[in-house]
Amino acid sequence: MRQRIIFAALVALAVMAMTIGATAQQVISTQAASTALASKDISAGDTAWVSISTGLVLLMTIPGLAFFYGGLVRRKNVLSILMQCFMMMCLITLQWALFGYSLAFGPDVKGIIGNLSWAGLQNVSAATASSYAPTIPHQMFMIFQMMFAVITPALIIGAFAERMKFAAFAIFSLLWATFVYDPICHWMWGKGGFLNNMGVLDFAGGTVVHINAGIASLVAAIIIGKRLGYPNRMSPPHNLPFATLGAGLLWFGWFGFNAGSALCAGSLSTSAFVATHLAAATGGLTWAIMDMVANKRATVLGTISGGVAGLATITQAAGYVGPLAAIAIGIFAGIVPWIFVSIIKPRLGYDDALDAFGVHGIGGILGALLTGVFASKAVNPAGADGLIYGNMHLFKVQCIAVLVTVMYAFVVTFILLRLVDALVGLRADTQSERIGLDLTDHRETGYTVLD
Amino acid sequence: MKYIIAIIQPDRLDEVMQRLEEKEIHLVTVTNVMGRGRQKGIAEVYRSHREAGTLLKKIKLEIAVNSEYVKSTLDAIIAGGRTGQVGDGKIFVLNLDEVIRIRTGETGGVAIG
Repeated sequence: MRQRIIFAALVALAVMAMTIGATAQQVISTQAASTALASKDISAGDTAWVSISTGLVLLMTIPGLAFFYGGLVRRKNVLSILMQCFMMMCLITLQWALFGYSLAFGPDVKGIIGNLSWAGLQNVSAATASSYAPTIPHQMFMIFQMMFAVITPALIIGAFAERMKFAAFAIFSLLWATFVYDPICHWMWGKGGFLNNMGVLDFAGGTVVHINAGIASLVAAIIIGKRLGYPNRMSPPHNLPFATLGAGLLWFGWFGFNAGSALCAGSLSTSAFVATHLAAATGGLTWAIMDMVANKRATVLGTISGGVAGLATITQAAGYVGPLAAIAIGIFAGIVPWIFVSIIKPRLGYDDALDAFGVHGIGGILGALLTGVFASKAVNPAGADGLIYGNMHLFKVQCIAVLVTVMYAFVVTFILLRLVDALVGLRADTQSERIGLDLTDHRETGYTVLD
Repeated sequence: MKYIIAIIQPDRLDEVMQRLEEKEIHLVTVTNVMGRGRQKGIAEVYRSHREAGTLLKKIKLEIAVNSEYVKSTLDAIIAGGRTGQVGDGKIFVLNLDEVIRIRTGETGGVAIG
């Protein structure tokens, strides 16, 4: 039964690729004519920077996030995490090329979604630029955005870690990317998207990526339920050095995520780069201090969590705030998610295994609101002034964007999880969960004991 | 013949090995083990979640000796392993029925060392 479903899916994919391939032939010939004209607008420097940034954002998912999450689970589940991150790259890459990019960025339909005229990357040229980024080839913009579409559902892995069936994970991720990520991405960043039209600022995806994935994580953790033995009979993270390595790679990759979102190399990418780094450093330091005050010791896990919280929080503001505002945002990022993860989450009792909501969801919401406070036209004339410059409007639309995203992500994620649960069952059976998903889902183990 | 099992603090291993060398006890099997005695461990804290009832890392030494070496072996382990703190560990001494050297097939006291 299961094999038949997978086979049918593969056949469908192949047929789709062939049809798209056939229609694309005509498009390419018409594009060739305009190539010579437009290619002089392409900047080699900008294209180089966005190319590198694309690689950096890939690195955030594999191996950055993979090792960050992989180190935090128990040793019997390390491969399942690495596998889910790696498979996400394979899965969403195809989804994005075949129809995801067109849904998110394609020509607008009523402010809600893109149409399918860019499906299969038709009309997405490697020779000419798009209106999204006038100095880099359209395909470069497409593949840069692809990495965002991959990492967003990958963040949710942290919520259902150690207990979700692999098949359920794959189906859910594909549906979630299509029905949650692509629309929200269109609203915020698509030409004609309704949040975009309202003047909401989301520089690199604080709302599109972090709030979105964070809320989905919360829903997933609640629906799939606690891991066996949570909270008092759980083993500690099996490899904090892995987690630290992963957090370091996330930080490194985040320069591509945030500074790359300038879509050009110059003053804007530079100020985003500096803001990103300052917020990460401040977030890590602040979390360590919170740990010292509350638990008498600065912890490694706390410090790297604070760094990631700082990065998640600055994402939305990166290209709109100056260095001191970035430091202020980093301080908030070290305090608010800390309070949430340390004090509020244990009282609520759900098992967000790796704190995907606590760090990304809370950090993202915080970042969206703080963008409305600290954004400055002096830093980025294309942005807007925030509360501290006496502009109430931006803060208001930021709040609306948060509300809309939270509600949409909550409801649709809930429906999709219920659907997948009915289809194949979300949760691994008790025996598999005890043995560990590495062996039961993949017939492999991360570590040998002998030789 | 006796079979001596000692559970010691990991950080005392070097000291115990040195004392054993001094008494010319060279044959020893060492294993990393987890365990707990009456003492409370150091509670680990992950994102402010305090782990409950953590087992502690210990080292297990296993040494088979002829009867005349028992006392010097025990002295060496105690001298190397004692810090005076709770958690220094225990030594168990068991009777050993037989020893066989796999390479030659020798048995008993000659096979032990």
